Amino acid sequence: MKPIDQARNALAFLEDDTHEHAFDQLIWGLRERRDAAAREVPEWEQLRTLASEIKEHTLSNLARYLELFEARAKRNGVQVHWARDAHEHNQIVYDILSSHNVEWLVKSKSMLTEECDTRAFLGQRGIEVAETDLGERIQQLDDEPPSHIVGPAFQKTPQDVADLFHRVYGSDPNRPDPVYLAQVMREQTRPLILDAQAGMTGANFAVAETGAVVTVTNEGNADLSANVPKLLICSVGIEKVIPGVEQLAVFIRLLTRSATGERITQYTSHFAAPRMGGEMHIVLVDNGRSQRLADERFWPSLKCIRCGACMNTCPVYRRSGGLSYGSTYMGPIGIITMPSVDIHRHSELPYASTINGSCSNVCPVQINIHEQIYEWREVMGAKGEFSATKKAAMKVADKLLSNPRAYRVAAEAGGSALGVLPRFAIYNRLNAWGRRREIPSPAEETFHQWYARNRTGAAQPPETPAETTEAKAVDDERA
Amino acid sequence: MSVREDILTAIREHHPPPRELPEVPDFHRATDNSLSDLFSRALARLDGKTVAEPPTDLQMWLTETFPDAGRICSAVPELEGTVTPAEFSDWAAPADVDVTVVRTPLGVAETGSVLVTEKELEVNTIVVLAQHLVVLLDPADLVENIHDAYHHPSFQQAAYAALLSGPSGSADIGGKTVHPAQGVTTLTVILSPRPASEAIPEGATR
Ligand code: SF4
Repeated sequence: MKPIDQARNALAFLEDDTHEHAFDQLIWGLRERRDAAAREVPEWEQLRTLASEIKEHTLSNLARYLELFEARAKRNGVQVHWARDAHEHNQIVYDILSSHNVEWLVKSKSMLTEECDTRAFLGQRGIEVAETDLGERIQQLDDEPPSHIVGPAFQKTPQDVADLFHRVYGSDPNRPDPVYLAQVMREQTRPLILDAQAGMTGANFAVAETGAVVTVTNEGNADLSANVPKLLICSVGIEKVIPGVEQLAVFIRLLTRSATGERITQYTSHFAAPRMGGEMHIVLVDNGRSQRLADERFWPSLKCIRCGACMNTCPVYRRSGGLSYGSTYMGPIGIITMPSVDIHRHSELPYASTINGSCSNVCPVQINIHEQIYEWREVMGAKGEFSATKKAAMKVADKLLSNPRAYRVAAEAGGSALGVLPRFAIYNRLNAWGRRREIPSPAEETFHQWYARNRTGAAQPPETPAETTEAKAVDDERA
Repeated sequence: MSVREDILTAIREHHPPPRELPEVPDFHRATDNSLSDLFSRALARLDGKTVAEPPTDLQMWLTETFPDAGRICSAVPELEGTVTPAEFSDWAAPADVDVTVVRTPLGVAETGSVLVTEKELEVNTIVVLAQHLVVLLDPADLVENIHDAYHHPSFQQAAYAALLSGPSGSADIGGKTVHPAQGVTTLTVILSPRPASEAIPEGATR
């Protein structure tokens, strides 16, 4: 298969002013709300460090925690299955469903089942899956993959949705009003939920101590999908396991604040055992994760809690749209995840970045995203997996990263500084996603600016661009 | 080798170098505000309502607040509804409930959340399928933050435990939150001490 040409796809998206503008506004709004939410929590940086350390601890003892989780879940009366890859996952799910004669099921949002293309697999075998998350259902009805991991349909305007619902449900196409459209969806989806023969959910976390699968939603659709039918199947990536509820608290405090700027979602739900008279299955899925664990450069990407903050802050993502990446995960987290799934197909993704470091700065689990993007470029270079058009950008990134000071000036993007370095990186004519129009100077406050504003003592910010080190320095100072 | 062993072996061979599990502090914060105030303000962020003064007559309050409600599911001794959870033949049946009333064993001030489990609900779907949800919360059951909340024994024991922090909503169309999505249309929390006869739930941390 040919490599995905993210830049070309992005250009097509940029041609459409209405969508590009609406998307940029919506996504940037999330980023701003995330900043406000983080500022409200004095221990924010400490929480990020804790979250990162907890994930690193768990991943370095992953086999043990998975065994603990499995043992506890079984004790709770749950049936636990293991799948090496997407196909095995889908086959297990199919076998469970067909042994219960299920022809019809409801499902809440799960990036893992997107990754496994479970809906299509089941559909080909006569089992129909209805998505119950509003955004995911919209994408399903329009036969499109998610454009954002938190809001799958963010790339659509309310008018697009009004047109789509008119086409599918016959609702009023002249009412691009989200309240009305959500109501249409509720009326259409509720009967499906009430009649469903089985329910599927993903997992935000899997708690080894209690055997619980934790879902975080605004809509309550995971609770409905899991509780209304008697048969429940939860698909869980093996990296989702965490030690216990004490650690869960750290992630719950970080996740929604990072994703949407709210303190929590409306429903934070813990499913530990089958409902009365019901049956619960958990499928633990590897699908390349154990391989990634082996890579000393890229294993930290497994810490990801799928908050979407790195996407929201990324100037390339905001201007390209999520579909341009042509992959399950998009934006910075997509760039560092997808090449390990299929290196050739995703060989151009690492160039869809200014490497400005903003993604690493907002990441609640302190993944060194921008450094990994850079390293993926090196991998592509070494494998001959990069096209000539991308060489220039690579050289600039090289310069930036080999010189912390220059890098910091560039990342802070204070008007004129941005004008010199990244201009060349971003707007050179070979670089399609910067071609059409200039990116306004990034409004985000970088760590260095924050530090300068907040520091109480006379200590100078460290020169290294590594956010983790800096965050620690601040905590030390406070202590 | 079984698939399970295969995966676990691959993981064992690939583990990154071991790291310590850090201690998580409780992050308690000095504040002049009462937990009830913090709670109601946090709940309001996601469009949940708090009734700070418990109505003397819950029945009358309910009739005034939800004049059109015909089917009331009560899971509390304080109120006689038209149906109790035990009467539902299957878990899709609460779809015709207008208002569900339930008592929570735990409120979280930081996030405006209330906990429900199968112990309070019997039929879990009564809190999601009903049109409106009313939750009784004893202010004495409030904790400061999410760290405290997870010390509650329910998280070790319950088959289903949900922290509810607002009526069902979605921001999936155009990024602005609208209600309802698939769950309840409104969530109202009444700060109402437990009746004296009702024992404090076993093992509650306070
Ligand atoms: S990489 Fe970090 S910021 Fe991006 S989605 Fe994952 S946790 Fe969120």
